[in-house]
Amino acid sequence: MPKVVLASGSASLALTGGVTEFEVEATNFRRLILELEKCFPGLGTQVEESMAVAIDGEIYQDAYGAVLRPGSEIVLIPKIGGG
Amino acid sequence: MNYINSDLKVVGTRPVRPDGVDKVTGRAVFSADTRASGMLWGKILRSPHAHARIVSIDTSKAEALKGVYAVITSADFPNIASEEAFVGEGPMNFRDLSCNIMARGKVLYEGHALAAVAAVTPAVAEQALALIAVQYDVLPHVIDVDDAMKDGAPVLHDDMFTAGVNPKPTKASNIAKVVTFKKGDIDAGFAEAEVIFEDSYTTKPVHQAYIEPHACLANYNADGQVTIHASSQGHFMVRAYTAKLLGLDMANIRVNPAEIGGGFGGKTLIYLEPVAVALSRKAGKPVKMQMSREDVFRGSGPTSGASVTVKLGAKKDGTIVAAQQVLKFQAGAFAGSPIGPGCMCGFAMYDIPNVDVLGYDVVSNRPKVAAYRAPGAPISSFAVECAVDDLARKLGMDPLVLREKNAVVNGSKTHYGVSHTNIGFTQVLAATRAHPHWKAPLAEGHGRGLAVGFWFNIGGESSATVHINEDGTVMVATGSPDIGGSRASMGMMTAEVLGVPVSKVRTIVADTASIGFTFLTGGSRVTFATGMAVTQAAEKVVEQLKARAAQTWDIPVDAVEWQDGKAVPAGTNAGAFEPLDLAAIAAKQGRTGGPINAEVSVNAQGAGAGFGAHICDVAVDKETGKVEIVRYTAIQDVGKAIHPSYVEGQIQGGAVQGIGWALSEEYIYNDKGQMDNPGFLDYRCPVASDLPMIEAVLVEVPNPRHPFGARGVGEVPIVPPMAAISNAIKGAIGLRMPDLPMSPPKVRAAIDAAG
Amino acid sequence: MSKSHVTTTINGEAAEFLCETQQTMLDVLRDVVGLTGSKEGCASGDCGACSILVDGTLVCSCLMLGVEAEGKSITTIEGIAQGDQLHPIQQKFLEHAALQCGFCTPGLIVATKALLDENPNPTEIEARYWLAGNLCRCTGYDKVIRAVMDAAAVMRGETV
Ligand code: FES
Ligand code: FES
Repeated sequence: MPKVVLASGSASLALTGGVTEFEVEATNFRRLILELEKCFPGLGTQVEESMAVAIDGEIYQDAYGAVLRPGSEIVLIPKIGGG
Repeated sequence: MNYINSDLKVVGTRPVRPDGVDKVTGRAVFSADTRASGMLWGKILRSPHAHARIVSIDTSKAEALKGVYAVITSADFPNIASEEAFVGEGPMNFRDLSCNIMARGKVLYEGHALAAVAAVTPAVAEQALALIAVQYDVLPHVIDVDDAMKDGAPVLHDDMFTAGVNPKPTKASNIAKVVTFKKGDIDAGFAEAEVIFEDSYTTKPVHQAYIEPHACLANYNADGQVTIHASSQGHFMVRAYTAKLLGLDMANIRVNPAEIGGGFGGKTLIYLEPVAVALSRKAGKPVKMQMSREDVFRGSGPTSGASVTVKLGAKKDGTIVAAQQVLKFQAGAFAGSPIGPGCMCGFAMYDIPNVDVLGYDVVSNRPKVAAYRAPGAPISSFAVECAVDDLARKLGMDPLVLREKNAVVNGSKTHYGVSHTNIGFTQVLAATRAHPHWKAPLAEGHGRGLAVGFWFNIGGESSATVHINEDGTVMVATGSPDIGGSRASMGMMTAEVLGVPVSKVRTIVADTASIGFTFLTGGSRVTFATGMAVTQAAEKVVEQLKARAAQTWDIPVDAVEWQDGKAVPAGTNAGAFEPLDLAAIAAKQGRTGGPINAEVSVNAQGAGAGFGAHICDVAVDKETGKVEIVRYTAIQDVGKAIHPSYVEGQIQGGAVQGIGWALSEEYIYNDKGQMDNPGFLDYRCPVASDLPMIEAVLVEVPNPRHPFGARGVGEVPIVPPMAAISNAIKGAIGLRMPDLPMSPPKVRAAIDAAG
Repeated sequence: MSKSHVTTTINGEAAEFLCETQQTMLDVLRDVVGLTGSKEGCASGDCGACSILVDGTLVCSCLMLGVEAEGKSITTIEGIAQGDQLHPIQQKFLEHAALQCGFCTPGLIVATKALLDENPNPTEIEARYWLAGNLCRCTGYDKVIRAVMDAAAVMRGETV
C-alpha cells in the first residue's frame, strides 16, 4: 500500500491526531483524497484545497489522475504558487 | 514527442518578438490605453488611518455633485462567506479578498479602500471623494512583525485563532498560522556538530514596482453581461474573482487581456475590477479606473518583510549536520504570507540530515502582501546564504567549496519530504567554479560574494490552439498573458514542430471567451506548461497534415512523414510523390476534410526545479556607506532556453530587482502607521546608473518532462542577490549586514559602530 | 471652467487642442489628443515613462502643463519612426531584446533619442546616467544599454 507522510503542516497533524505516517489503499491521487477524508475527516478537504503532494519525490498539484504505486511514498506539502 | 536531442532550427535562436514593433512605436495597447463611448472615471477613497473602525460613511454630498454617476461602498458588494482560493502566493480567502478591495467594518491599513465614485472626469471624481464624510474610530495599530506577535499587541481580526497549533488557541491573535518542517533529529544533529554558527536577519517589505499601475475598463450591460479590459497575470483569474466577489456567472463576464506593463507576481490578484464593474452597474455606463503610483504603493501588495534566525551546525570538514530556521513573515492585513515556500526554500539547496524549520504567518496593519517572484524564497535564502557564508569563514573554508560539499543532487531528500529529480545544481556549481569572474583577482578594497538560490517552478492548467490559415501561415492562441516575450517562445515552439520559419507563425493571447481555461502567468510556468500545450497542439496539426497528404496521394497515413515543413512519402515503398509543403496542403484543406487546427488543454506536471548561483563584487564607500555593484554574474540552470535573449533578460531583471531589495528598497512607516515613501523618488528602485552589466550564464540541463527540455526561469534569479551582496560587503569591509536594505545610512552606521 | 486653446506642433504636424489649465501634457496627449504611447508610471517625474521632446529637449510630460505646449514642437514616441521605417534606436531595442513588458520602452526610446541627438558618441557611463531618469523594472538595463550603444554606433555610420 502507498505510504502517506505528513512532513509538514501541523494543521494536518491536528486532523490525524498527531499521526505522521500511515498507509492508504489507493491507486491514484483522487482515491487518496477520498480515503484521507474517510480516515481523518477534514484532511481530504484540506489536501484538496490547499496542499500539493509529492509522489515518490515529484510534486503534483491538482492532479486527480496521478498514479500511486503500491510502495509509493506520498508527502503532503503546501501548494506552491509563484510570482 | 520529445525534441531534447533533436537538431533544432528555431528553438534556441533569437528572432525579433512578434509584438515588438507595437511596443517600440507606442502602439501596444496597455490597460490604461483604452476608452469606451460614454465612459466615466472611477476613483477610490482610501483610509488615512492604519487601523480604525468605520463608524459611518455619508456619501450623500458626493452623490449630489454634478457629474457624479455612482458612489459605492462595501454595502454594494455581497457579504460573501469565508472560502479558500488559491492565488499566486498561496491560499487566500475570498472573504478577505472582498474586504481587501472594499473595507467592511474596519480599515486595516493606510490606503485600504472604503468607497469609490464614478464621474465624468477624473477631476470631478476627485472632488466627489473629498465630499464623502467618513467617521472613524481610530484604533491602535501595529506595523512590525515582531511587535504584532507580542502579547497585548492590537489585534486586527478578533476571529483569528492561530492555525497549526494543538490545541487550538482560545485567544485571538495576529498569528494566522504556524508551519513546521522537521527532518531527522535536530538535537542529535547539533550535538554531533563541531562548529555552530547562529545569527538573526531582517528584511523589509518591497514592492514589485511594475511600472504600469493597475488599471481597467469595465462595462456592465443592462442584460447583466460584463466586459472587462485589464492587464493582469491571468485574465481567467480576473474573471473568476470578479464573478465570485460580485456573485455573477462567469459566462456573463468576458475579460480581454490588455498588454501588461510588468507584474512579477503583483498582478496575480485583483483590486480594481470588481469595483469598476460595481460602479458601472450602478452608473449604467462604462467605467475606467487607474491607480496612481501612490495608490499602488499604499493599496496593492508588496511582499512580506520578515525576521529570521538561522542556526547551522557542521563537522570540521564542512559537512553540515544540523540546520534550524525560524521565520516570521508579515502577511499584511490579511492572512497569507508566503511562509510555506519560505520554510521550504531556505535549505532546499543542501543535503542536511537534521533540519527543523518553524514559520509564522503574521498579520499587521500593512497592505496585504501579494506574490513577488519566488514568493518567500528570497527572504529565507537571504538568511541562510549569509549564515552559510559565515559558517564557511568560521570553518576556514572557501564558500563555494562548502556549498559544493553540501549541495543536493538528484535523489537528495529535502526537509519538506520531496526528493529532487532532474535538477542541475551540480552543473550550476561547476559553471560557477569555471567562470572567469570567480577566478578574477579582486581589486583593492573590493569584496566578492556568492550565494545560491532555488525555486520549485510550477506547471498547471493551460490551453492553446494552433490554426493553419488558407495560405499556409499559422496562428497560435493561448490563454497566457505575455509578460516578457512568451508570444515569441510559443511561436518558436510551434514553428519548430511544424518545420516552418517563425515569421510564418503569429501568436496571440486570446480572451476568456475565446480559449480554454488557462491558469495565471506566474510560478515560472508559461514556457513550461503553456509551451507543452502549444507543442502538443502543433503535433496534432502535423498529424492532420500528414493525413491530408496521404489522402492527396491516396496512400495510408503511416506511409507519410513530416520533414522540414513538408509531407514526404515514408521510403520508396510508399510511392514516388513530390513533397507537399504546408502551404500546398493548407490551400486544399477545404477539399481534404475542412479547416486544419487543434486545441489542446493540459494540466502540466513535472515542472523542473531551478537553481542559480550569483557572484557579485562590490566596492563600499566608507565615507557615505554607499555600496557600488562593480561586477555581477548570474548563473542558472534554465533547462533549455527557447529564446535565449528573453531568458537572459529574465535573469538580469530578477537579479536587479534583488539588488534593489538588497540595497535601497523599503517601505518606511511613520508613527501613525502611514507609509512615508509612496513614490519612486523615495522608494528607490535601481536605475541604470546604479548598475554594471549583468552577465547571465545559461546552463542547460534539460527537463525531461518538457518537449524541449524547458524549465521555469523567471523566479530563481531574485533569490540569491541579497545574500550575495551582503557576503560581498562582508568581504569588503569585514562586517555582516544582516538587515535589509543595506542602505548607505545603515552601512555607515555599521562602520562607525565597528570603529 | 473654460478651457484653453493651444496651438502647437505634434510629431511634425500642426495641432490644436482644448485643455483645462491644470491638465498635464501627459493627460492631454493621452486623453485629449489620443496619443497613448506616452505612459503614466508615476505622474511625479520619477519614472520617465511619459518622456517627450519639447523643441528637442527631453521632458517628463507629466510635469508639464498642456498649455505650455503653445508654440512649441512636441515629439512623442509616435513620432520617432518615419512611416513604416523604424528609427535605428527602435530597431536596436528589438534586436537586443531590450524590452520585456514594453511599458517603459516608449519613454526609454524618446530619452535615448534625446541623448544621441546631443551626444552621438556617449560612453556606457554617460548613457547610464542620461537614462537614470527612466525606470525599467523588467530588464535590469543590461540589454537596454547594449541597444543604446549599438544604435549610437549605427547612427554614427560605424555599423549597421
Ligand atoms: S509618469 Fe512622468 S515621470 Fe513617471
Ligand atoms: S520592459 Fe518592463 S518596465 Fe521596462
